[in-house]
This record gives sequence, C-alpha cells and structure tokens, in this order.
Amino acid sequence: MTPEENDRIRARQKSRALVMGLLLGALVLLFYGITIAKMGGN
Amino acid sequence: MASSPFATGAQAPTDSPMLPAHWRDFVALTKPRVMTLVVFTGLCGLLAAPGHIHPILAFTAILCIAIGAGAAAALNQWYEADVDAKMKRTANRPLPAGRMDRQSALHFGVGLSFFSVVLLGLATNWLAAAVLAVSILFYVLVYTIWLKPRTAQNIVIGGAAGAFPPVIGWAAVTGDISALPVALFMLIFFWTPPHFWALALFVKTDYAAAGIPMLPVVSGEVVTRRQIWGYTAIMAIAAMAPVLLQLTGIVYGTAALLGTALFAVFAFQVYRRRESDPARMAPEKRLFKYSILYLFLLFGAVVVDRWLLA
Repeated sequence: MTPEENDRIRARQKSRALVMGLLLGALVLLFYGITIAKMGGN
Repeated sequence: MASSPFATGAQAPTDSPMLPAHWRDFVALTKPRVMTLVVFTGLCGLLAAPGHIHPILAFTAILCIAIGAGAAAALNQWYEADVDAKMKRTANRPLPAGRMDRQSALHFGVGLSFFSVVLLGLATNWLAAAVLAVSILFYVLVYTIWLKPRTAQNIVIGGAAGAFPPVIGWAAVTGDISALPVALFMLIFFWTPPHFWALALFVKTDYAAAGIPMLPVVSGEVVTRRQIWGYTAIMAIAAMAPVLLQLTGIVYGTAALLGTALFAVFAFQVYRRRESDPARMAPEKRLFKYSILYLFLLFGAVVVDRWLLA
C-alpha cells in the first residue's frame, strides 16, 4: 500500500467515524426525549 | 446475483477494494429522494388518526418509517446490484459502481431494518412495529426477490409495500387499524400501477437491457396503456371510497373528485396514444409527474378534512 492510499483510507475512516459520532449523539438525544415523553404519558 | 463480495458493475470501480465506502454512499443506498412520498403519506396517516401522540414520539414514528424505507431500499440494491449495473439510470449506484462491497450493504440494510422496527415498537406500539416489519419484508422478499424478476405484474402486488406507511402512522397513534387507513392503503395500492407504468413507458429501454419483465417489455405498449387506464378506473373508486364511506368530508371529497378527474384525463390521453419513441412521450411524463402531485394533494386533503371534522 502506497502512502497516498494509506492517507485516503485514513481520511475515509475519519469522516465515517465523525458521522457515526454525530449519529450516536443524535440517538442519545432522541432516546432521552422518548424516555421523557413516555414517562410523561404514565 | 454475483457471488463476489465486490459488485461487478458496468463501470470500472472508482475506489480500491481496501478503501471503506464513503458515508455518503450509505446515505445514497437508502434512496433518500424516493423516501419523500413514504414519509409524507406516513405523516398524513399519523396526523389523520384520532387521538393524541407526543410530538417526540410522532417524530420518532416518522423517523422509523423513513429508516425502514431506507433499509428496504438498501436491501433491494444489495440484491439487485448486477441488474442495476446494466441500466444507465442505476449504474452509478454505490454497488454497481464498485464504491461499496455487497456485504456492507447487506449488513447496513439488515441492521437498519431491526433498528427501525425495535425503535418504533419501543416508542409507540408493537402493532405499528409489526406493520413496519411486514412492509420491509414484503418489499424485499415478495417484490424484489420473488415478483420483480418473474412477472410483468410485479409492480401491482409489490406496490403494496409502498402502501403501508399511512397504516403505520395511524397505528402508531391509535394502536389499531380501522377503515380509513385501509382505504388509504388501497388508494396507494391502486395508484402504483399507473404511476409506475407511465415511468416504465419512457424508460423501457433500460428495463429491457436489464432483463426485468416490466409490462411494456413483456406485453408491449398497447397493453401497458390499456392497463394504465384500467387501474386508473379502479384507483378512482379507491380514491372516492373514504367519501362514500363517510370517513372524510367535503375537503377531501372535492380534492378527490377534481384530482382524480384530472388524473383520468391524463391517463386517457396516455391510453389513446400509440407513440413508442421515448423522446416524444410528453403525455406519459406528464401523467407520471402529476401522479406524484395527486398523491400529495389527496393525502394533504385527508389531514385537513380530519382536522376540520375533529
């Protein structure tokens, strides 16, 4: 693997990790909201 | 279906097999543009339902419908990667273009399917989750794998998969399925053949190249035009059913009557024509575009009507 290929793979992994992190953060907020909504309903 | 983990598309792979797929390709796998109508009809089913649902739970229900639709689209592309490679319209999708390996698409689709169903069940109720699961399975197993490669009537029965969202939205609020969501299901079910065959008339060369037995390819254009007209007549009955059954009022009744009359005019023009040159198919393209507007119009009218009645 050339250094250029290695850099491309690292950059791709980094962007995927960033998006996954944002999605997980959004899910935390969503589950918090669902919990509050369900508790309020009972 | 190819046994290789990497799609063998019409175009040369643009990325090295070692390179992980870009996150944008995972988004593309869910066909976000096609999702618009699914989300809208699901939202209308939810808003038309009697009763109250917390806004966050309503948002979650629509999100789950969207994710479920995306999951079904991903599994569809996983299964049809070879077919997609043969059609100009689909050759640049992530799998046939070689930007993603098939296993990633399969895992992504299955993972999203489970996630959407479980989340919907936990946030709303398990009836809505069960209908979502059925719609995903129907689209992947009945439509994509069973019907689509085998029969020219694939879209008629397979269209049921796209008719589930208003039922899911309704069930998320009420926990049951009554006459109105079933009527909305029937409307989308009978709307799908004229909508899709109008498209198939002016992109038929693509389907022919891929060996997909779409009606214009198998039975010819005359039969397709006749069936567009025939299904439009059945769709008209389905469109008026909520009014005749007194499930909706004057707003939906007026929208359905005028909207369906215009639909019938466009469908009749398509039925009467004998044009086979895709470049000269303006009426077919007009019917296709109008059919999308028509569904938006009628579902919007259902919501307005139900709110006025309430």
